[in-house]
Amino acid sequence: MTLSESINAAEQRRPSRFGRMFEDRLPYLIVAPAILILLLVGLFPLIYSLIVSFQRITMTENDTSFVGLLNYAELFRDTRLWASLGHTAIITAIALPLELLIGFLMAQLFIDRMPGRQIFVALLVLPTVISPIVAGATWRLMFDVRFGPIGQILSFFAGEPVRILWTVNPSYVYPAIIICEVWQWSPFMFLLLLAALSNVDQSQLEAAEIDGASYLRVLRAIVLPAIAPVIAVACLIRGLDLVRIFDIIWALTEGGPGSMTETISLYTYVQGFSQFETSYTAAISFLVIALLTVITTLVLKRMELAR
Amino acid sequence: MRVGKLPARKARILALRYLGAGVVTLLFLFPVYWLFMISFKTPDEIYHVPPLWIPGQIQFSNYYVLFKDGDVVAILNSLIVAGVSAFIAIILGTLCAYSLARFGTGGENLAMWIISQRMIPPIAVVFPVFLIYVYFGLVDGYFGLILLYTAFNLPYVIWMMRGYIVDVPLELEESALVDGLNRWEVIWKVVFPMVRPGLMATSVFTFVFAWNDFLFALVLTRTEVITFPVMLTHYFGGQSNFWAKIAAMSVLGTLPIFVAVSVMQRYLVRGISLGAVKG
Repeated sequence: MTLSESINAAEQRRPSRFGRMFEDRLPYLIVAPAILILLLVGLFPLIYSLIVSFQRITMTENDTSFVGLLNYAELFRDTRLWASLGHTAIITAIALPLELLIGFLMAQLFIDRMPGRQIFVALLVLPTVISPIVAGATWRLMFDVRFGPIGQILSFFAGEPVRILWTVNPSYVYPAIIICEVWQWSPFMFLLLLAALSNVDQSQLEAAEIDGASYLRVLRAIVLPAIAPVIAVACLIRGLDLVRIFDIIWALTEGGPGSMTETISLYTYVQGFSQFETSYTAAISFLVIALLTVITTLVLKRMELAR
Repeated sequence: MRVGKLPARKARILALRYLGAGVVTLLFLFPVYWLFMISFKTPDEIYHVPPLWIPGQIQFSNYYVLFKDGDVVAILNSLIVAGVSAFIAIILGTLCAYSLARFGTGGENLAMWIISQRMIPPIAVVFPVFLIYVYFGLVDGYFGLILLYTAFNLPYVIWMMRGYIVDVPLELEESALVDGLNRWEVIWKVVFPMVRPGLMATSVFTFVFAWNDFLFALVLTRTEVITFPVMLTHYFGGQSNFWAKIAAMSVLGTLPIFVAVSVMQRYLVRGISLGAVKG
């Protein structure tokens, strides 16, 4: 082989100049597309919306002059906004502990091995993966006063016809929403807690059993501390989801009767897409972001402390 | 919990647990059963008082109507939008995750920023996105929805895949590099096959998130690209709900999810908790 031939062969094996450039910049090149999309769809609209929130754009006026904190000041006078935050808080405060409790009880039921357990778990997960709109629609059919089975079952047990307009009657709309929400998301808690419970140190449990410790004592001293981090994460995930609850309520009550079950997400939607209060909606959006950031930070802080 | 000194006692406890498991499963699956049953009922059976728990016969005319009226196009739209956005998010997200995991690109700050993107409530983003989409003419088209779902799924994909990639033994990649593969080839020929279980599970969840989304679709679709949850709400009309259509459309929109999830059952826990359980 002549010298030039061997140089040629070596050239071919070595990456081209372009190839080397590509190789050197690879870490940044493969990060770029994802970050670009995130900036484009995540950050850019937020910045735009921040600017809009200091202007005075409504359905009828396109006034782009800056009005300072006017929209934000208005937030404090908006009773319907605070009512909607209250509704969101009520739903979260009731549904979250219920989901956690039911999920925990379900996990306790399935923690020990038994034949066919996998099938039960697979079936129980179904409500969680269904679209929330479908969940809402399903319960709307279930709750129907004439053609739904809930009234029928209640009548059977009451021994007399029970006629409850679940999605319209002010006393029953919240139970209806919470039943649907708890039905859909308890299995989520169940799944997480089942995984957490099966990671609890078995030797500790056995030692406690030999010592004759009561079930409640074992629960308090060994099980709960062991699964506390998972409970915290589960509550954080579900809590954030509950604060922005929209779909189920849209399907069940559409915020009604009146605006009785209007949550913050529904209210924001109404302001933005039926009142077209562009600037004001932008201000609400930032209130929501601020609230969620505060909640998340507080929860994460507490988790850090607990560790 | 784990008691049972006597076989008889053990058997009794097991029987009780099966009873409990049966009752719980029945309670949670009854609404799903009810939905399916309505979709098989005739109008007379749907509007029967008292409600019938079992239809006279299984018949598919409610589904046939969806096909005849062309409503199933919503399912097709959902498949396209969720499928394409899941695919793009998985490819771009995994590449990004690889860079974060192996080169530490951007450090912890970039990783934290990415995961914080997932915390932003959709309602806060949907309005400004809508304004911008109107400006660029992206409302009511495939591209706009796909872009949005890709963006909303990216943080999840990156976070999950970073966890899976960290678990790939470094020696494997190094020996591939020594064998003459370049980084790009290592990613595709070594890393991607190694994290395939993670890829599958994450794809399913990415698909499900986009498939189930209602808020974005409600705001960003009009007539051309209606997804199935939006189509479903079109059937709600005060007192005159089209129950047959609601039920049949719900079932059609739920079947793909059931199939995907039952195939991916093993990986469900890690995916659903955003990797939280593993820590």
